[in-house]
Amino acid sequence: MEPVLSSNTTIKTQAADLPAFEDHQKQETHFTTCYMCACRCGIKVTTEGDEIRFIQGNPNHPINKGVLCAKGNSGIMKQVSPAKLRSPMLRKPGSERGAGEFEEISWDQAIDMLSKRLGHIRATDPNKLAFFTGRDQMQALTGFWASQFGTLNWAAHGGFCSVNMAAAGLYTMGHAFWEFGDPDWENTKYFMMWGVAEDHASNPIKIGLKKIKERGAKFVAINPVRTGYQAIADEWIAVRPGTDGMLALSMIHVLLENELIDQEFLVRYTNAPQLVIDTPGEQGDGLFLRDDEGNAQVWDQHSNAFTSANRADIAPALFGEYQAPDGRKLRTAFSLLVEKYLVDDYAPEAAAKVCGVDAKSIERLALEMAHVAFQETIELDIEWTDWAGRKQDKFIGRPVSMHAMRGISAHSNGFQTCRAIHLLQVLLGTIDCPGGHLAKPPFPKHIPPGIKPAKHSAPNTPLSSPPLGFPTCPEDLAIDDDGNPLRIDKAYSWDAPIAAHGLMHMVISNAVKGDPYEIDTLMLFMANMAWNSSMNTANTMDMLTAKKEDGEYKIPFIVNVDAFHSEMVNFSDLVLPDTTYLERYDTISLLDRPISDPEAACDSIRQPILKPDRDVRAWQEVLIDLANRLDFPAFKNEQGENIYSGYKDFIINHERAPGIGFLAGWRGENGDQHLRGAPNPKQWEKYIENECFFKYELEPSQRFYRHANRDYLELAQYAGWVGSTDQIVIEVYSEPLQKFRLAGQGLYDGPMPSDPQHKERLSTLFDPLPFYYQPLEQQRIELEEYDYRAVTQRPMFMYHSWDSQNAWLRQISSQNYLYMNTAEALRRGISDLSWVWLESHNGKIRAQVKHMDGVESKTVWTWNAIAKAPGAWGLKKNANESTDAFLLNHLISELLPEDASFADITNSDPITGQAAWYDLCVKITPCASTEMGSWPNFDELACPPNQAESPETLNYTSHENVNIKRSMRDVFTKGAVAKKNKGRGQS
Amino acid sequence: MKLGLVIDLDTCVGCHACATACKQWNTSGTIGPLSDQDAYGRDPNGSWLNRIRTFEVNEGGSGCSDAPLDLHAMATDTASKTVHMPMSCMQCENADCVTVCPTGASYKREEDGIVLIDQDKCMGCNLCAWACPYGARELDESQGVMKKCTLCVDRIYDEALPEAERQPACVLSCPTSSRVFGDFDDPNSKVSQLVVERAGQPLMPELGYAPTNQYLPPRAQAEVPQAAKKASATVAKLKQWANQIIAR
Repeated sequence: MEPVLSSNTTIKTQAADLPAFEDHQKQETHFTTCYMCACRCGIKVTTEGDEIRFIQGNPNHPINKGVLCAKGNSGIMKQVSPAKLRSPMLRKPGSERGAGEFEEISWDQAIDMLSKRLGHIRATDPNKLAFFTGRDQMQALTGFWASQFGTLNWAAHGGFCSVNMAAAGLYTMGHAFWEFGDPDWENTKYFMMWGVAEDHASNPIKIGLKKIKERGAKFVAINPVRTGYQAIADEWIAVRPGTDGMLALSMIHVLLENELIDQEFLVRYTNAPQLVIDTPGEQGDGLFLRDDEGNAQVWDQHSNAFTSANRADIAPALFGEYQAPDGRKLRTAFSLLVEKYLVDDYAPEAAAKVCGVDAKSIERLALEMAHVAFQETIELDIEWTDWAGRKQDKFIGRPVSMHAMRGISAHSNGFQTCRAIHLLQVLLGTIDCPGGHLAKPPFPKHIPPGIKPAKHSAPNTPLSSPPLGFPTCPEDLAIDDDGNPLRIDKAYSWDAPIAAHGLMHMVISNAVKGDPYEIDTLMLFMANMAWNSSMNTANTMDMLTAKKEDGEYKIPFIVNVDAFHSEMVNFSDLVLPDTTYLERYDTISLLDRPISDPEAACDSIRQPILKPDRDVRAWQEVLIDLANRLDFPAFKNEQGENIYSGYKDFIINHERAPGIGFLAGWRGENGDQHLRGAPNPKQWEKYIENECFFKYELEPSQRFYRHANRDYLELAQYAGWVGSTDQIVIEVYSEPLQKFRLAGQGLYDGPMPSDPQHKERLSTLFDPLPFYYQPLEQQRIELEEYDYRAVTQRPMFMYHSWDSQNAWLRQISSQNYLYMNTAEALRRGISDLSWVWLESHNGKIRAQVKHMDGVESKTVWTWNAIAKAPGAWGLKKNANESTDAFLLNHLISELLPEDASFADITNSDPITGQAAWYDLCVKITPCASTEMGSWPNFDELACPPNQAESPETLNYTSHENVNIKRSMRDVFTKGAVAKKNKGRGQS
Repeated sequence: MKLGLVIDLDTCVGCHACATACKQWNTSGTIGPLSDQDAYGRDPNGSWLNRIRTFEVNEGGSGCSDAPLDLHAMATDTASKTVHMPMSCMQCENADCVTVCPTGASYKREEDGIVLIDQDKCMGCNLCAWACPYGARELDESQGVMKKCTLCVDRIYDEALPEAERQPACVLSCPTSSRVFGDFDDPNSKVSQLVVERAGQPLMPELGYAPTNQYLPPRAQAEVPQAAKKASATVAKLKQWANQIIAR
């Protein structure tokens, strides 16, 4: 036998005496898609009977190329978790919500009860259903279901996760960080990572970092904490939390001062040359000068005249002041930009005081990137056709790339900060070019994507557009004639006008207050709102059980859909048990959050590998069943019969537009059409045949400059990814933001806010050019008292997972600590492993300190979501997760600290409504020596009636082991070691 | 043949994928099961064959500044450096764990140098674990026998597996490809070449166990020149910027 080694040479060996370890005849292998987090890697699962032998990465899969992370490798422990829900359950009549007293009911009873209740809501006031989903990966389905139901009140968890990243990207360049873009790992020579402990693309980032490290490209990590990725960076920049915007804009200051910008890129691909009306204090100020057809105008240096910015045959002036035919003063967007950032406020010396990065480093980083962008330019000799139909003979690459995530997004200045980072990329010309930041199909989209949020709902009527979309002006808001929010989370209201992912973190708080109105049913899927997914956790539990004077719950009915006994289960009235990821059909669709690569459009499926051993149903199936029972129009034919027999049938046959469905591969009656084509009855089989994924590779000519690449845009239009082949003009200057600013200033010809707080926020924070402002919480508290910034990270082995209870992963960490800078802690007399009180404006907790040098001196941080309520997740009540681990959530309010002159308002980014988790400021005091263990503590949650006791010991195996016997001869001769040891003098 | 691992400390991000991949494969492997005590209770702790240690290396700080691998000198910056260090059996040439075994259960294979434990002969006396300076052996409390890395001997020779998969589970899984498996006796093997190219080092060689596994130290920090600055008198102010003729 020959082992295959990681080398080109094969070594012969005599290992014939080895036994057969595995009975492969008893094993089966199947492909599917992992769901241990949001990365969605391809996996190959080997089973033996009902047991899993091994889960490994699929080497052919575009996402993970064979590798798998710590979570993916722990899928077995998810499958055997004792916390799996076993049957539908109803809160016992007469018992209190939160007490966890349930009775098992049948699926028939559960669906019957739910569909009657929902049917009544739908027939009267559909908005009385609030349907919010957590870590779901089927928002295209749940969103479609909600719009067929007719409720505005649907969103997933993006509002407390990453909407600042998605929105800032989509309102600037039509794609984004997050899942809509990737660094060009193959070509980049300089990679800057902002605020990333881990991300959705966990394996692709790791695969990419390996490539750039091997190539000797420089990797700069900007993060207050040096864990994970930062540990292997060439340079770690310890920025203060919430000040990255200042750092980025100061680098822009350096680039502008030294004229180190890509003027050709700005003229060809952005709105920098477009003429802005410069009439402060008047209506129309800050908007683009437009002709009668609505085309933005530029000054053409060939004809010395105003002309449409969309023309190809012009040489627009990037700088200058002009006078419009009607006499109004005009300046190019770029002139405004240069003036804004060349002021001393953004000079490195001033920025250093804000962000804590020394001035010399700020300047050096900017000049290093400029060197790589302009002196180490890549040229790929590939012919392509630009947006205007002109043949180009090469792609020019400026090989500086970036990635940014939650350290940017989870601040109340995150939208503007993320725009500042994108602006830095644009000035260097690094957008969708070789070595730069690449879009992933179906992105880029036109800016912003053309979907407007729905705002009208009516009984028994689907919404006319999806519940979530992209407003471009105050007219697009979901508010009534008096300016009041139409959605329960107040998304698309003056509180958060561009709340493109909703504000899930406000739903419970608002519903309990009846502000803007009361709801009837809250339906949650994979969302642990009674614990780590809520700000202000202890108060949220109180809200979930709050009653009106008549004894009715303020939220009358709570439905929870989950596969496990999370904390939220006990605060629910009806519990619907979901399957695990290995037990169901599923789609990861291009209509949703796709798994594409920059050079290929991809989607994938899950297929059942194991049969459930309990009375559970896949939520996808239940949604289709409910849609049929509730007579959703899209689910009925003209005779009123159900069109779809179930989820698989729906996925095959439902067309969003002619020829376009949830799965893009193997369409057409014969399965020979891709991206677009008639439904294929054998589509699932084709996916399974092809290892459960579909990959449509772009031609080399379609892989870069896709915002202005006709070859690509024509394909994108054919595939339904974009509505037209018009150039996607990158918006360094955001006119939509200026429209909201004008509304705040009282200068908008349309809806305007009346509340002084809204007016102030809109007029000061909705700047069409990104700027730095202090996070909002910090503006309202005494920073001298609350003198540390507190942030969380999720460890790589639990990031975005549902698996804190996983018996293997919890052995890596079952307690989180409060990490504090060693020197700072010693200065404060706080010793390693001592307990401290952490206090914010909202509350107080007790936590155990660990010293660490790699953390910014006035920042403390911890791993998020390790703490658990006693009794939940199948853990014993004395598990470390409940006695010593802690949630920072208790300290974070869903509302900004009170300000006497203003009404209460959400603790979120004022533009997008992104939950401002990382704005938290705390004070730290040592505990008395008798004070140990985390605090606050909670009563033990009762277990579901049919949940078996968790085992003390696990001895998991899929078959009896086959031992390798050492021969007696080898024992007597003392084998290889004795020979080697000869003369070493050891026995 | 001298089989072992090269582990690249320059790119290990401490994600623990190798640890759980190992646990997963081997709990149903030749030395399985790998039991877990208090799996859902307090201080859960099971048998693992590969664990990731994380150190901070810094000047006078809390890190392991006297570690034989002079990681501090390798880190070219003055700030602290976080190093993730996966540790499993080093497949030592002078394996005291083998020589101390009173039952002959522990042995080192002549064919390929893999140190194994005959599970039928082991009586769980723990002597070998005391003899191992790397903490690589763990007594399985439920099974009553010693467990250690087998280099996935039940994968690497299994011809029923696709060729490319006949590697230890940790190597297959590592998302940053920081683990490489091969024959150190072969100077042309990838592992041998990496050790030469990247100055690979064994861990604590001064103890004399002659470990086979090698660690690649962090690379020197990438250096990037800076673009030229303008002379301070000509630093750009808006009025000085002239329009260029750039066709759209």
